[in-house]
Amino acid sequence: MKTFRTSELQFMLGNVAVVEGAIAAGCRFFAGYPITPANEISEWMAKRMPEAGGRFIQMEDELGSIYAVCGASLAGKKSMTATASAGYNYMQEGIEYAVAAEIPIVIVDVMRQRGENFPTQSDVMQARYGAAGDHEMIVLTPSSVQELFDLTFEAFNLAERFRNPVIVLSEATISLMREAMRIPLPEELKVVNRKKPVVPPEEFMPFRGEDDLVPRMSEFGDQYKVLYTHNPHDEWGRIAWSPKMYEDLYNRIEKKISSKANEIAIFETAFTDDAKIVVVAYGSETRGSIEAVRMAREEGIKAGMLKLKNIWPVPEKVMRDATRVAEKVLVPEMNTGRYFHVVKEVVGCDAQVISLPKNQGRIHSPEEILEEIRRAK
Amino acid sequence: MEHPNLKYVRGKRLPHMFCSGCGCGQILNCLLFAIDELKLDTSQMVAIGGVGCSSRIAAYLDTYAVHGIHGRNLAYATGIKLAKSELKVVVLTGDGDCVAIGGNHLIHAARRNLDVVVIMANNGSYAMTGGQMAPTTATGLYTTTTPRGNIERPFDVCRLVETAGGTYVARWTTAHPAALIRAIKKGFTHRGFSFIEVVCQCPTIFGRYALGILDPVKNLEYLQEHSVTKEQASKTPPEELADKIIIGEFVDKQLPTLEDSYLQLEKSVARGEEQ
Repeated sequence: MKTFRTSELQFMLGNVAVVEGAIAAGCRFFAGYPITPANEISEWMAKRMPEAGGRFIQMEDELGSIYAVCGASLAGKKSMTATASAGYNYMQEGIEYAVAAEIPIVIVDVMRQRGENFPTQSDVMQARYGAAGDHEMIVLTPSSVQELFDLTFEAFNLAERFRNPVIVLSEATISLMREAMRIPLPEELKVVNRKKPVVPPEEFMPFRGEDDLVPRMSEFGDQYKVLYTHNPHDEWGRIAWSPKMYEDLYNRIEKKISSKANEIAIFETAFTDDAKIVVVAYGSETRGSIEAVRMAREEGIKAGMLKLKNIWPVPEKVMRDATRVAEKVLVPEMNTGRYFHVVKEVVGCDAQVISLPKNQGRIHSPEEILEEIRRAK
Repeated sequence: MEHPNLKYVRGKRLPHMFCSGCGCGQILNCLLFAIDELKLDTSQMVAIGGVGCSSRIAAYLDTYAVHGIHGRNLAYATGIKLAKSELKVVVLTGDGDCVAIGGNHLIHAARRNLDVVVIMANNGSYAMTGGQMAPTTATGLYTTTTPRGNIERPFDVCRLVETAGGTYVARWTTAHPAALIRAIKKGFTHRGFSFIEVVCQCPTIFGRYALGILDPVKNLEYLQEHSVTKEQASKTPPEELADKIIIGEFVDKQLPTLEDSYLQLEKSVARGEEQ
């Protein structure tokens, strides 16, 4: 059976890189349901999980997958599921539960067009707002096979740190692409594990946030006999209905993430120090954008690039810093122009924010973006 | 002096939330007796409930508990059992939770022979939401969503689970507590998918509106009078069984569980037996 080498450059399929990144992060349970263009994640997990000492199951539907993953995580295993847009719809129900019961899980959504497998970025709002109830969400946006590995790995660390679902928003462009990537050596990777209880069972308050607002987490079969519910619950986990307690609970669940937006921010910048025109992009749209910015610079245009590797929670400070001297901000997206509104909300007072939607199942070419940069000059 | 089984109740918090005369309290009681008689280690148990009156039973057990999303009990259970097979998992569910919204998870968990105990309270309706028609409501009955009588046929859930592959299947009512305790104990000791249907009274909603019986005792008597053992039923013409509850054990067999099969697979991977 094929295995991958660490430390060397090698060709790998995007969906396979997701699996290897997950295993490197400690993922030991995967549940999935067939859907294109995410199938290779399930297929590779089916091969790899037993080798890694984990378990794989193909569930009867996406609802089954998301709750199996919740159950396995409560039993102490780092757990993941993967799907594509239509299947991701179903999973919102379970994501809502995982948010409210504070279960660390990772969900990969390989975005695709409605009913077809064309590439798209049209789930960027669903990834943030799809689940019911008050919540914040951590959403990572890889743009290459290497980043599918790196950000899936990072997704587990963030899920464990914050006790929250983390979404890897992959795309049909990169999930089914093979390109060069490198698996880091184990010593190069810093794995984060959830905090465990340190007090005796009778003193353990399973839903009391510590200084970072994140509670310590028991696992089934230790001694703590925790009750998990998405109903309003007090810090002991008891189902309760006090209005004050309800507000405090959901404020904490939201703030444990929203208050750390700047720490969570994962991004790269190029030429932004003096850029009058800044392209803000995420996912595979960054691939043409960075090339266009380089071409613009060669023409003497002061263009810059902000590449977002996480779009939620909104990295506001990063956006402001990268557009400090910008007069115009271009937001190319492979949808009808969704995240543009978010960028406009953050930097729209200081710069003119221009949406560049392209909703044809393909990313902008560098030339197309260069043309827009020239026009904005 | 406190009840000897109160130690199995989370925080010893009583009274419970169920209506006076509801069957859910009886099911909880029978479950506590089964736990006590088998001396089960409650720190190695997970109780899972979805949504509905009976699903709240899970929150009263002093075990780990998942008060989950409507119908998804067996999906949580699948993840839990694969992650930590040594845990005892008991699912507390109702007819709507288990067979309507959760029907797909039910048949697939049975097909996989997942090693869990499912206790399904069947009160013939959606009681928590006000008495709507359920997939178990008898034809012709009046409920809030069948104001002219139910035109659909009800599920025989035990037969459904048997067909899907459940390896222990039994049906009792809240009027048969001793048999119910025995069945729950058998479920816990049986390796494989154990399904126990408990036909139970709902004096507040179903009894009052669909049957026209408000008194809880009379509701229980109704269950007792309408119960027929499977042996009696086999000698009775089908038309006489139309409004009867057939009670007894329907399936009790040994087949490899999902967890056992996975263990075999892992052993072969560890030995390097790869194609």
